Amino acid sequence: MTESTEAGRAAERVARDSYGRLVAFLAARTRDVAGAEDALGEAFAAALRMWPTDGVPDNPDAWLLTVARRRQTDALRRRKTRKSGEEHVMLIADEIEAASAEPEAIPDRRLALMFACAHPAIERGMRAPLILQTVLGLTALNISAAFLIPPATMGQRLVRAKSRIHDAGIPFRVPDKEELAERLDVVLDAIYAAYTKGWTEIGEAGTPDLADEAIWLGRLLVSLLPAEPEAKGMLALMLYAEARRPARRDANGAYVPLEQQDTSLWDDSLIGMAETLLREANAGGPSGRFQIEAAIQSAHTARRMTGIPNWPAVVQLYDHLLALTGSPVVVLNRAVALAERDGADAALAAIEVLAADKRMASYQPYWAARGHLLARAGRAAAAAEAFTLAIGLSADDAVRAYLHRQLAATLDG
Amino acid sequence: MRYMMLIHHDEAAMAKAPQKELWSDYAAFNEALAKAGAGHTSGERLQPSSAATTVRVDSGKTGVLDGPYADTKEQFAGYFFVDVPDLDQAIAWAARCPSSKYGSIEIRPLYVETAGNWK
Repeated sequence: MTESTEAGRAAERVARDSYGRLVAFLAARTRDVAGAEDALGEAFAAALRMWPTDGVPDNPDAWLLTVARRRQTDALRRRKTRKSGEEHVMLIADEIEAASAEPEAIPDRRLALMFACAHPAIERGMRAPLILQTVLGLTALNISAAFLIPPATMGQRLVRAKSRIHDAGIPFRVPDKEELAERLDVVLDAIYAAYTKGWTEIGEAGTPDLADEAIWLGRLLVSLLPAEPEAKGMLALMLYAEARRPARRDANGAYVPLEQQDTSLWDDSLIGMAETLLREANAGGPSGRFQIEAAIQSAHTARRMTGIPNWPAVVQLYDHLLALTGSPVVVLNRAVALAERDGADAALAAIEVLAADKRMASYQPYWAARGHLLARAGRAAAAAEAFTLAIGLSADDAVRAYLHRQLAATLDG
Repeated sequence: MRYMMLIHHDEAAMAKAPQKELWSDYAAFNEALAKAGAGHTSGERLQPSSAATTVRVDSGKTGVLDGPYADTKEQFAGYFFVDVPDLDQAIAWAARCPSSKYGSIEIRPLYVETAGNWK
């Protein structure tokens, strides 16, 4: 990476930071997210265009507000004859004017905006895209690919979600203490969903890396809610996964499963950050889902130090996670770790409960893990059948190629 | 914001509940609602869905059906209004309504003419 693109990225980061804060400020006042985005959209686009080459202005908020206000005045003049929306634009302009007199006094309402976007009354699948768009200024086009939704459809659903915030009266506020844990889970889920979408994404030139953006949101959340252990747990979990990113594809781009990864490719500084966060989170009280998942990742990284994976510790942590969530995905992941500790037959017995679960029929990781366990148990025919289904359910070429090799090895063996 | 709260409950499940407690809970709920302020209107209770008649005019012909609009397990049973700053507080009122244990409460913001509505 050259100096200039790094400076360019830094400038883009400042622009997104400032934009998100201003959108949150306006939206929290008016409960009109789309209006806030409209008011700042052109200024933000100008910032993304100019700051990476011209440099970041001394006061980015004031710069954006000044440009936005000018654009609003122009728009107002053009729309003189149109009644609808006029009052709205004027009020937004007033808000901006009041704020630009004292830009440093603009309170950071991004946390409230995130809670509004991840409100239980918002369609679950739209919560993460909504946060990515409103807090980071990503476009529907940027977001759509990772969520496997066509850009036009994504755009429509985002518009609908925003009008729902306004029409249904969804509040812009950080929930009270008694509600916070439950509501924070939804925000964390949404950000983590953005990360996992980004994790499988093949980075195309020009599109922002969703995984990076999710990590940035995680950092923001930790800075805004420093007392919440689960926020730290989630950020740690993302950083552990990110640390292993360089090792998950070989030189030919083929998928490399965790236990076969070259640990020297793991990123030390990211692991260090994750470990610190996890320690802080654990000191903060009882462990939630993200803390336990991060602890599992921490146990995996032990292999880097000792050369020996700590499977008993991993299985034990999965026991806790299973007790907490009862999730079939956890049953599956626990079984894979259990195979390392107690053998493939024990693991196959542990996933017996999933056979009747209809959701597993089209869940690729289930069939891949099942194939892997059956092959280790020496049941080649059943393993081949499971691998074939897993291949049929894969969307990722690298994973499909890996499963084809597993299938061939099973049939040869 | 003003919200209309539409009560849909399972009439059979309601009938099986201990009636004395249920209706004293309802009385307390209505009392709390009446005390909560001018925009709050305590509920109107409807007769059961067996008393419903549904009318639809099609090509000038008035069709009359005995029974409710939709023959579902949870039936429209009544409504009340709340006037609160946001959806979270409407949700809190919905959860307080005794019928929410026997069905669902649909929360519908009232339509307001758009000028100034966004604020």
